[in-house]
Amino acid sequence: MTAAQPIIRLDQVTKAFGVGRSFTAVDRLDLDVGTGQMLALLGKTGCGKSTIFNMIAGLTEPTSGIVTVDGRNPFRDFDAFRGKIAIVFQNDRLLPWRTAVQNVGLGLEMLDIPPKLRNETAMHWLGKLGLLGHENDYPHALSGGMRQRVSIARAFATDANILLCDEPFSALDEMTGRTLRAEFLKLVKENGKTAVFITHSINEALEIGDRLVVLKRPATIALDVSLQRNCTIENKEAIRGRIQDVLAS
Amino acid sequence: MTMSEPQAAQEAAKARGAIWRRAFSYILPFIVVAGLWQIASRFFPPYLFPSLVDVFKRVFEILVTWDQLSDVLATIGRILAGLAGAFFIGAALAVVMARSQSANRFLSPILTLFQGIPALSWVVFAIIWFHGVEPRIFFIMVMTTLPSFTFQVLGALQGMSRDLTEMVMSFRPTRAKLFRVMIIPAILPDIMTAWKVNLGNASRVVVVAELVGATGGVGYELLQQQQVFDMAGALAWTLQLVFFVLIAQAVLTFIENIVFRYRAVSERTL
Repeated sequence: MTAAQPIIRLDQVTKAFGVGRSFTAVDRLDLDVGTGQMLALLGKTGCGKSTIFNMIAGLTEPTSGIVTVDGRNPFRDFDAFRGKIAIVFQNDRLLPWRTAVQNVGLGLEMLDIPPKLRNETAMHWLGKLGLLGHENDYPHALSGGMRQRVSIARAFATDANILLCDEPFSALDEMTGRTLRAEFLKLVKENGKTAVFITHSINEALEIGDRLVVLKRPATIALDVSLQRNCTIENKEAIRGRIQDVLAS
Repeated sequence: MTMSEPQAAQEAAKARGAIWRRAFSYILPFIVVAGLWQIASRFFPPYLFPSLVDVFKRVFEILVTWDQLSDVLATIGRILAGLAGAFFIGAALAVVMARSQSANRFLSPILTLFQGIPALSWVVFAIIWFHGVEPRIFFIMVMTTLPSFTFQVLGALQGMSRDLTEMVMSFRPTRAKLFRVMIIPAILPDIMTAWKVNLGNASRVVVVAELVGATGGVGYELLQQQQVFDMAGALAWTLQLVFFVLIAQAVLTFIENIVFRYRAVSERTL
């Protein structure tokens, strides 16, 4: 499926690892993500989701094929994407030597934003995520949920157009995960971001994505469905069944 | 629930008591050794076990006589210069080795070889290769502490969290910013440990270097005391170095307490 005005494009992308490139993680993958789209990338553990994520983020280069983000190569034009792609990782990855507000301001520091404005912006996002009063706490003093909120605030603070999320709520308990997911979804929609959301949970994918791509191993598209805004529960159940069939096969 | 005033006073008294007990437990071994030494001084001649009063008179004399104090300061200067030189060269080598496998393969055996060479051999090499006293001692200090600085910084660089590095890289920092926000804070604890370890090593090596190849400094003065069998003088000069190491370690610990205040403190110790 090709979205209108793709901002992320993977064209026949292959990524292989190991001696003699013996292990193929991604196999000739074609994938377009449209501007403003919320793509949920779903697949079993080890199907190459994180490899795709790293290639879009420009942290690793494909073995063959072309990855473009906004028309440019995110790996080779590394510096050109400063402030344009933000990532929320599976674990919070907060720098332990920085307070919450300093962690949120990290991306802004890379953009040479003056300290005062950086601090104000970081405080704004901490406030949005309900962390006012904890801005001067070091990560070890925060709970798992609070730490993940800080990492979400850090991703939003740079006002990047593209958000990449690698199972950001999977390490949290169900209640915290659900609350954060709802807050996250609201912020993405409010701020008109394009987001690629990696998950291995069908429920999470159905809740978050307006498009679902299911991957088989090695990563190629096994199922690609769009979820209409007014998608009924029956439709969602039908899609869930199709996803389960694909994953089971 | 808040504590009542008597309870708070009781808690404060308990805390004060704990501080005194801890301080006493630190001092006790020194008191025991000093006491045994003082008892020995009553039964042995002064060139074997001089009275501690004489020793501390000499310590004081060194501190208030510029000619002698300048020897202590010269030795401290040599230690710090040698350590700084070894640290900067070692850190640069470690960065190169961390970035390049081939550089690591090439340099590791050389540094291991250096580690196997005794300090006294470096002293002999330095006397043969260099004319001036200061270049000789600087060379000896650098060569004896370089491998450990390099390996410790290399270990710290290699042990950096891959997850955190990846996270910082996702913001696409310049190289200078990557160093400032990630690499330096991540390796700082190991750098501090390296300095603490090498400070002790350097203070031992500098004495050997001065003993053989210098015309001033604590090592040279120790040689003078040995020639006249002046045990009180030998102890007094040795104590100058010991005091320096203790003060330097205390300064490093103070810096650590400030810089690493972000660390979680567990109530249960190892």
